[in-house]
Amino acid sequence: MTGLSRRAFIARSGVLGCSLAASPFVTPVTLAAAPWDARLVVIILRGAMDGLDVVQPYGDPDLAGLRPTLGARGADEAIDLDGFYALHPGLADLMPLWGAGELGFAHAVSTPYRDKRSHFDGQDLLEAGTGFDVGPSAVRDGWLNRMLQSMPDVTAETAYAIGQGELRLLSGDAAASSWSPGTRLGLSEATETLMARVAATDPLIASAFTRAVAIADTLDETLTDEAAKSGAGGHHRRVAEFAALRLKAETRVAAFSINGWDTHANQSRSLNRPLSALSETILTLKAALGPVWGKTAVLAMTEFGRTARENGSRGTDHGTGGVMLLAGGAIRGGRVYGDWPGLGEGDLYGGRDLMPTADVRAYAGAAMTGLFGLSAGDIERTVFPGLDLGAPPDILL
Amino acid sequence: MSFDTRLAEIRFGTGLSPRVAAPGDASQMLERLAGPDQAALNFPVRGFDAHLSLIAAYTQTRRGMRDLKGPAKTEKRDEMRLMRKDATRAGLEEFRMVLARGVSTQDGFRERLVSFWADHFTAVPDGGLTAPSILGYQEDAIRPYVTGRFADLLKAAVTHPLMLVYLDQDRSTGPGSRAGRNGKRGLNENLAREVLELHTLGVDGPYSQADVRQLAELFTGMSVRLSDGFVFKSRMAEPGAETVLGKTYGGDGASVDAIFAALDDLALHPATARHLAGKLAAHFVADVPAPKLVDHVAGAYLRSDGDLIATYGALLEHPFAWMPDRTKARQPYDFLVAALRALAVPNDQLTGLRPGLVRRAFLRPMTAMGQTFSRPPGPDGWPEAAAHWITPQGLAARIEWSMKAPEALLPALPDPREFVEHALGGLAGADLQFAVSAAETRADGVAMVLISPEFQRR
Repeated sequence: MTGLSRRAFIARSGVLGCSLAASPFVTPVTLAAAPWDARLVVIILRGAMDGLDVVQPYGDPDLAGLRPTLGARGADEAIDLDGFYALHPGLADLMPLWGAGELGFAHAVSTPYRDKRSHFDGQDLLEAGTGFDVGPSAVRDGWLNRMLQSMPDVTAETAYAIGQGELRLLSGDAAASSWSPGTRLGLSEATETLMARVAATDPLIASAFTRAVAIADTLDETLTDEAAKSGAGGHHRRVAEFAALRLKAETRVAAFSINGWDTHANQSRSLNRPLSALSETILTLKAALGPVWGKTAVLAMTEFGRTARENGSRGTDHGTGGVMLLAGGAIRGGRVYGDWPGLGEGDLYGGRDLMPTADVRAYAGAAMTGLFGLSAGDIERTVFPGLDLGAPPDILL
Repeated sequence: MSFDTRLAEIRFGTGLSPRVAAPGDASQMLERLAGPDQAALNFPVRGFDAHLSLIAAYTQTRRGMRDLKGPAKTEKRDEMRLMRKDATRAGLEEFRMVLARGVSTQDGFRERLVSFWADHFTAVPDGGLTAPSILGYQEDAIRPYVTGRFADLLKAAVTHPLMLVYLDQDRSTGPGSRAGRNGKRGLNENLAREVLELHTLGVDGPYSQADVRQLAELFTGMSVRLSDGFVFKSRMAEPGAETVLGKTYGGDGASVDAIFAALDDLALHPATARHLAGKLAAHFVADVPAPKLVDHVAGAYLRSDGDLIATYGALLEHPFAWMPDRTKARQPYDFLVAALRALAVPNDQLTGLRPGLVRRAFLRPMTAMGQTFSRPPGPDGWPEAAAHWITPQGLAARIEWSMKAPEALLPALPDPREFVEHALGGLAGADLQFAVSAAETRADGVAMVLISPEFQRR
């Protein structure tokens, strides 16, 4: 690590150290209310988001050499975060949240997944929340579901997986719902009763049927016209609006995916679409949640980062360390958490990737202890078995 | 547990039909597979070349537009819009043909195998004008090979232009090659990794990051030109030999032969046999298949040097393949085909559907059911687990379709009490039998059958 980046690193960890010492870990939000007063939104960024481009360490002198065309953007005021990191211009609309302390990042994080760099294994492990030694196939449920399993008073409405298909993150023994906004059934009462009888012979189909009917009923009453109408290309906004609708009612946990981060080629162009979806999702959540945004934490995480070096197609390949996004009124934003490992030849993981200096699960664990009052033991034994939470990062207000 | 004609159609085929006789035994299923591809002859679909020349013409038009101004530019822009519109319409028209194959065939196992291998070798084109080229890929690189040797299927799929573009192989440049020496372009590992992880050995297979890297270097040179499709560009190929799984390939001048040799060896690796046998059994028989069944199929694969008909024969001869319990869920595409087949929608009715209706009646509902046609979220294809498909959302979309689509597609709906026999051949339980006779309307009764566990499972 060079002198410049080391100084920057020490200065930032000083700030982090002070805040850790100065504020109690349990937040005012969780002290004030029942365990289920806070809200948690988990977004899985599928395809491996390039943390080095999204939260760019332009103050690291090795960056420009590694990325000749993706380059170092420099300290543009509109996107500069703290004199060392700059936000990708594709997220510039989120800068007011940064200023308000409602947006933060954790850099150089990863799951325990190493070396094979497969999206599917990486995502399985991220959603299973296990160590790499356990292997994602050995655990069938997701860590967000195991969090529900260790909480009282969970109903099917407590947690929602939003979007089409199953979200492993929320699958498991604890009740959770899934829905894609915009579905209508239109069954007469008699037909519904008969269909329920037909479905009853098969537990999987029977339970899907009962819940489909229940959700479709409430949806007709509650989904705003505007949300129902937003058409092609607005899917992520509809998802965010549906999530907010539920979170303002009985739901406390929502999870969904934003895809499209696998930027092997022409990254300067291909990264813009998923970034704009992420940005609009967060802004939609904030707007639609209203005052509930104040007790909400949004965590957006990806299966792994991308290579420190640009590849031959002006893109990046599958890597290791990456970045996690934190947003919401309940988080202590306006800062980039984490120990910066540097980008010098000897600093890289396997000579090619950003070296992870923290487990992404430690940040998620810290959020759940702060928001819902889970103990460190719950996190280390049940939610993320095998994780050493250590001194958890103080990411909540 | 032995052969059952109904299970042959429901589990291994495209569903029961009142018009088409089910196969009488397993050897008849295999004979039909070994015979001519009658469904493809009856319902022809263009190969990939037609799409490629269209994409080339479109690209040329776009390039030519750059120097133009004013009305000339507007004219070119209109021309491009028309090209996109034509391509989309042609794609929707061909999708009807693909549906009609499954709906009317006597050889349903072949249709299911084409879907299975197209999913195993998932390649997804960009949207817009290029989107329909997926049908050309499946027609050229998958369909002709599903009854041959796996090695040939592997080579056809991995070297296909669509796959090369989808997994970034077309840009991958050997660092020591003539094209790579200036350092501007470099190696891309994507295709090499997926060949090992998904197409051959499987993610738990005996390979390392070094093997991925070496195979990626061996793959350099495979590329695409709009005028020619697949091309081998020696100036992009990494010089020297590469070692994959301990065996050395190439070295005597770069060529595609060394790549084929490596793919031939990967095809016959015991880990590949187990991976493919496991996937076949999981797709056709049970989400978590019995190890004995997988061993039996993998054994036949290895003994026959990767002959696929021999491999399917091993699957069909095993008693576990005929378990009466149907635990698999029909995936959305298969559900639609089986419904159309049971409803006996006439061929000319299906192939004469307006393109807009094709989209509204099939493609959009499939997306709502969780399966955008031939566009799985990643190169690992669609999941197998029944619980992935039977969700509140997925089932709700199936209900919506079952309530509305049959009426829109047929001049008259069948009597539900007959329809339940057409669709299930005596497999309907007492509750379903009651429900079809108690339904308020024909449409409700038909939907009741389509939504029943008896019809959703296979």
